[in-house]
Amino acid sequence: MVFTKFVEVGRVAMINYGEDYGKLCTIVNVINGNLALVDGPQNITGVQRQKINFKRLTLTDITVKIPLNARQKTIVKAFEEEKVIDAWNESSLKKKLDRMEKRASLNDFDRFKVMLA
Amino acid sequence: KKMAIREFIVVGRKEPSEAEPNPPLYRMQVFARNEVIARSRFWYVLHAARKMKKTTGEILSVNEVVEKNPNTVKNFGMWLRYNSRSGIHNMYKEFRDTTLCGAVEQMYADMNGRHRARASSVHIIKTAVVKAEDTRRPNLKQMHNSKIKFPLTHIQPRASHKRYRAKFVTSRPTTFAG
Repeated sequence: MVFTKFVEVGRVAMINYGEDYGKLCTIVNVINGNLALVDGPQNITGVQRQKINFKRLTLTDITVKIPLNARQKTIVKAFEEEKVIDAWNESSLKKKLDRMEKRASLNDFDRFKVMLA
Repeated sequence: KKMAIREFIVVGRKEPSEAEPNPPLYRMQVFARNEVIARSRFWYVLHAARKMKKTTGEILSVNEVVEKNPNTVKNFGMWLRYNSRSGIHNMYKEFRDTTLCGAVEQMYADMNGRHRARASSVHIIKTAVVKAEDTRRPNLKQMHNSKIKFPLTHIQPRASHKRYRAKFVTSRPTTFAG
């Protein structure tokens, strides 16, 4: 097995458990073998700067070039320059999340339409 | 689930009397889950160290110390004294966390796991923020790398919410996520 996704400063990850489920965050620093310091950035993804367990992160293949312990401003700039949100919206994981969300919000008529299709 | 450990500064003194109208103040840094326990710990230590107790003294103030910057990662050095099954020992341990109280929680868990020393047997002598170059433990030093990079080698898949846990699953889990 070759690993292609790494925990590193600037790795964008999706939070897969908890209140912030489905939101993106960027790894800003590694605290220890279990925890990372992570920032949304809050203005873009809604995730506050906080420590989070790696178990709650699903690493994506998107990385941004930021220095260690970058401030929110720097991460926002990097996000805009590297068009992270666009890349994320095209990714299969995001599309899967959207599909699941759509299925969960269908009403009976929509399910009937799907059944016929 | 236990409440979080918080840091309190308790200041107390012996009750003023005619002989001693201005007794010296004693200040103590206490790590406790609530203020009640903090006060109790204060009297436990002061009763052992000085000739005063809850009935003959007074606590003048209990203030919680909140982490000044919980968004930066720091290295904490901790000097402890703990009871093992056959004696009392001193220890120095290092933990990396964003807050001192977080590091103290890690320490209690670590002492419990590694030495079977329950929280009641562990006494914190001193805590300090240590600069990365002054840390002594290799497991901490390995994190001091601005280009740190490692894969998550063994991922245990988990339902996104407790309600989606299945009692029986038909497929074997894959622990590789790339």
